[in-house]
Amino acid sequence: MTGGSASRRRLGRSVGGRAVLIALASTVVFFGAIGWVVVHSPGWPVVQRSFFDAERFWDALPDSIARFRLNVQLFLIAEVLSLVFGLVLAVLRSLPGPVFFPIRALAVVYVDFFRALPGILVIFILAFGIPGLRLQGVTNDRFFWGIVALTLLYSAYVSEVYRAGIESVHPSQEAAARSLGLSRVQALRFVIVPQAVRRVIPPLLNDFIGLQKDTVLVSFVGVVEVFRTASIKSSAYFNFTPYLATALIFIVVTIPLARFTDWLVARDRRNQLRGGVR
Amino acid sequence: MTGAGAALRIEGVHKSFAKLEVLRGVDLEVAEHEVVCLIGASGSGKSTLLRCINLLEPIEAGRIVVEGLEITAPDADIDAIRRRIGIVFQAFNLFPHMSVLDNITLAPIRVLKRPRAQAEADATALLARFGLADKRDDYPDRLSGGQQQRVAIIRALAMEPDLLLLDEVTSALDPELVAEVLEIIRELAGQGMTMVIATHEMSFAREIADRVCFLDDGVILEQGPPERIFGAPEQPRTRQFLARIVAAGRL
Ligand SMILES: Nc1ncnc2c1ncn2[C@@H]1O[C@H](COP(=O)(O)OP(=O)(O)OP(=O)(O)O)[C@@H](O)[C@H]1O
Ligand SMILES: [Mg+2]
Repeated sequence: MTGGSASRRRLGRSVGGRAVLIALASTVVFFGAIGWVVVHSPGWPVVQRSFFDAERFWDALPDSIARFRLNVQLFLIAEVLSLVFGLVLAVLRSLPGPVFFPIRALAVVYVDFFRALPGILVIFILAFGIPGLRLQGVTNDRFFWGIVALTLLYSAYVSEVYRAGIESVHPSQEAAARSLGLSRVQALRFVIVPQAVRRVIPPLLNDFIGLQKDTVLVSFVGVVEVFRTASIKSSAYFNFTPYLATALIFIVVTIPLARFTDWLVARDRRNQLRGGVR
Repeated sequence: MTGAGAALRIEGVHKSFAKLEVLRGVDLEVAEHEVVCLIGASGSGKSTLLRCINLLEPIEAGRIVVEGLEITAPDADIDAIRRRIGIVFQAFNLFPHMSVLDNITLAPIRVLKRPRAQAEADATALLARFGLADKRDDYPDRLSGGQQQRVAIIRALAMEPDLLLLDEVTSALDPELVAEVLEIIRELAGQGMTMVIATHEMSFAREIADRVCFLDDGVILEQGPPERIFGAPEQPRTRQFLARIVAAGRL
């Protein structure tokens, strides 16, 4: 059987090689034709000047990359915080029995609330509203409030993902754990959550692709991150190329993350088929 | 048979799922070291009764007393009483994300607060005793069904329960794997483990049980030593049930 599958693989490779060549040729012809049509259309010079100005691009890119560090910080901090807070919310929401009803209700209301609100609204209310109160000992730092807002928002999404994960673990697993004398919290901690977390990694990464992009919202309360930098340059030169530099940065960062997500899903499936150790 | 010495006493247990009344006043008493087999048609509530004993299913009425502790009392420490009751499920329910060793040591470490080294040594000894020493570090999905079910039994035994509940532990297994699991149960019975066993393996019940209980229509309709239940059942419904089993070639 091993011999059979090896020879099938060999055969596959040579057929695959030809297929790749054909695909390559067809792609070059296809996009070459589209490119030729676009570049030779009458409006192209104006578009090129406004969007694809090489000089402006190389002028904007280094600054944009430097400012993108702020977005990365916003992203990383808000991500870690919402991973933790989201898990807390999901666990609170799954506490059983009538005693915990108020806590469950609170978690439900929280999640509904923050999923319903447009992100920009929360960011405005926190970053402008709270400093406006002039409370003693409360920071005015917009960056700080931006992180708080993103965390509040994304915790709601993340907790829903976790909850779906927790519910996807078969009830017989909890029954087995409880029958051994583990408390509900211990059953969650040692048996259910570890199985749930493994299943929720791909949907979580999807949420984080959203978070990564939503960091630009914080620019609207005056944090000069990558988008803000682009818009300053763009209005100074009356040219949209700086935005394209920003777009490029996001594409370069996000697509690998999306590919990584796909790869994780595929690997999990492979492991499951092999019945493998993780 | 009443007495403080009973390992398990069930009185008037009622259990419904929505409108379906599955248990309608079950009474059962199991003495120390006794092996009781529950038989009955599919859907008669054998699994439900076993799950009710450690309150995996909440009950509507009745009392359940394990080793003198009433698990159904409003102020009962259910987790503490569950520690004394081992249950093994038809579908094994091993934890798939843990190695065999971790499956077995989880509860001794977390619930009984045993030091890890001791828990692992105990688990290793149990595995060796039941011929699974080389599977210690494997994950459950690498094991055969029979091996998984033996691990599940060992996991329950690692808590040193006073009472072991076995719910059709062989019915998910291929016929050639049944023997290895039954062998373990035989050995446990020989050592005096108190057990309540729900089973469709009538010949096994006849061999191992001190007492056989026929569950029908939500109550224990008839009970007695296996020779009498299988040899001369009194109730027509018991006779009917056994006749069907014989016709199916299972006795
Ligand atoms: N969680 C549940 N929700 C609703 N109904 C249930 C549930 N569990 C069991 N039942 C019902 O209760 C009845 C008794 O089920 P149970 O599993 O206890 O029977 P059983 O005697 O173990 O049968 P089998 O021999 O097939 O295992 C069945 O009609 C079943 O459909
Ligand atoms: Mg059953």
